[in-house]
Amino acid sequence: MVELSEKMATNVQPERTASMIQVGLLVVAVGCLAAAPLFLYPIFLMKLLCFALFACAFNLLLGYTGLLSFGHATFFGGAAYFTAHAVKEWGVTPEIGILIGVAGAALLGLVVGFFAIRRQGIYFAMITLALGQMFYFFCLQAAFTHGEDGIQSVPRGHLFGLIDLNRPTSMYYFVLVAFLIGMAIIWRFINSPFGMILKSIRENEQRAISLGYSVRNYKLGAFVMSAALTGLAGGLKALVFQFATLTDVGWQMSGEVILMTLLGGIGTMIGPIVGAGLVVTLQNYLATSDFPVTIVTGIVFMACVLLFRRGIVGEFYTSRLGKKLGF
Amino acid sequence: MIFGIPVQAFLGQLLIGLINGSFYALLSLGLAVIFGLLRVINFAHGAQYMLGAFVAFLLLQYFAIGYWAALILAPLIVGLLGAVIERTMLSRLYNLDPLYGLLFTFGLALTIEGTFRYLYGASGQPYAAPSWLAGGTNLGFMFLPNYRGWVVVVSLLACLGTWLLIEKTKLGSYLRAATENPVLVQAFGVNVPLLLTFTYALGAGLAAFAGVLAAPVYQVSPLMGTNLIIVVFAVVVVGGMGSIMGAIVTGYMLGIAEGLTKVFYPEASNIVIFVIMAIVLLLRPAGLFGRDA
Repeated sequence: MVELSEKMATNVQPERTASMIQVGLLVVAVGCLAAAPLFLYPIFLMKLLCFALFACAFNLLLGYTGLLSFGHATFFGGAAYFTAHAVKEWGVTPEIGILIGVAGAALLGLVVGFFAIRRQGIYFAMITLALGQMFYFFCLQAAFTHGEDGIQSVPRGHLFGLIDLNRPTSMYYFVLVAFLIGMAIIWRFINSPFGMILKSIRENEQRAISLGYSVRNYKLGAFVMSAALTGLAGGLKALVFQFATLTDVGWQMSGEVILMTLLGGIGTMIGPIVGAGLVVTLQNYLATSDFPVTIVTGIVFMACVLLFRRGIVGEFYTSRLGKKLGF
Repeated sequence: MIFGIPVQAFLGQLLIGLINGSFYALLSLGLAVIFGLLRVINFAHGAQYMLGAFVAFLLLQYFAIGYWAALILAPLIVGLLGAVIERTMLSRLYNLDPLYGLLFTFGLALTIEGTFRYLYGASGQPYAAPSWLAGGTNLGFMFLPNYRGWVVVVSLLACLGTWLLIEKTKLGSYLRAATENPVLVQAFGVNVPLLLTFTYALGAGLAAFAGVLAAPVYQVSPLMGTNLIIVVFAVVVVGGMGSIMGAIVTGYMLGIAEGLTKVFYPEASNIVIFVIMAIVLLLRPAGLFGRDA
């Protein structure tokens, strides 16, 4: 008896320290994000947060449900247009504008998802890509998007009608809070029974069906959830940069978010954040030179697929240090 | 007059639809051939199509090699390049989820496209049709530019040739057998890895062939491939990748459907193929000619 309880105690101990380390890391990370505008350019940080949230929302689908969407720009860019239009033309407050963007993206997700989940695997990717391109052409021709010009000089407005978001610091903390809320939702979602069923679909779809789960509805639910959270990122992006353009709905944007997720680590919570950070930094760095980003992006893509498919964070988790920390 | 549209305009758009359909057919055929054996969706297909056009352009520019030689040389060069890529990189991904093949070729497409945009800019370069095919013929009911007629005929022949190669020759029977059961075919002494390399090269070569054909019709531009390949993906979803003939027929059908939409409702011509794809997904999720669910 004594022996056994001792054994259990020694087993429990490292797990407890590991989870304490993880919580500690989380607190440090949030602290760093809160203090970051003192050291770094706020617009850059906000861009990073938007794309990190975008990549995490995308990863909800690829990493936890096993569905590769090649059309996520539809929800990102679509929400950017909806939010920009609502704030600029209807004069709503920014939080309402963001909510309109999220609702619009969720609706788009429902429509695209409805068609895309009729096929699996590689076809799913091609269908989402094709529907994304269709939405791109729609945005090119629709009146409210202003075609090639996009929606320019979107006002940031006053949050709840009180806090002036034109001050970079207030805007930054608004984006940070929205980002953290989005991440909390994703975390909760993944660790819910719903999330567990999604993982089982990813691992073995046939078995999930035979166990009686209506796989289609779960997939559609995950798709809409991912689209809505992507919409949150897109709406924020429209307010940060104060414009919404065709770039946000193009297939290149869909490719970018795949790269971020792949580079950071598919199916990990913080991988997409790391990936987004690297890609955004790289883009910023290359923006000043005339060397095209696409070449670098393409090479990183190929290297990821050939050499480290787990991504940076995934490789770290499986490394000795990562295991010691209890990942 | 047909449905209140002048016959000339109607037939003109029909011809453009047929030309587009030729390219859809050639490209979706190549995609289907590659997918059938390698289980890889070749995103770089559009980039290989663009490479074909660029090789023709560069051969003329630097070596004064004209259209006819380019029509043979460009597919060979691009096919060889495809073989090298398959041997060194793509072949490492066969045991993985097919999605990795898609992601790898997507990266490849970005790299090729980015490189050419860096070297030649985003604007298009003109490439003249051979003098023999310049001008046009008056068919009485419409004016047919000779080169466009040539494109339709040649691409039809190329499609049929590929179909015959796969369905009626010994090599084709090996390919089909390896699609069904690669391990067994290997056990019979057929070099399956070589067959895979050949198939990828064949697909890439077909794309390059389409690129050379397209060079005088459209301009030679680094961006000519990717936008096209997304439409071809929709074509492939509509047709299903189960059959070679299905890919060809669907390509022509959707090209013509697109051309006719330009006559009756031009605003929707960009998206009509995607709309058809959505409708087919509702009614026949496996695709018109698809066997796999």
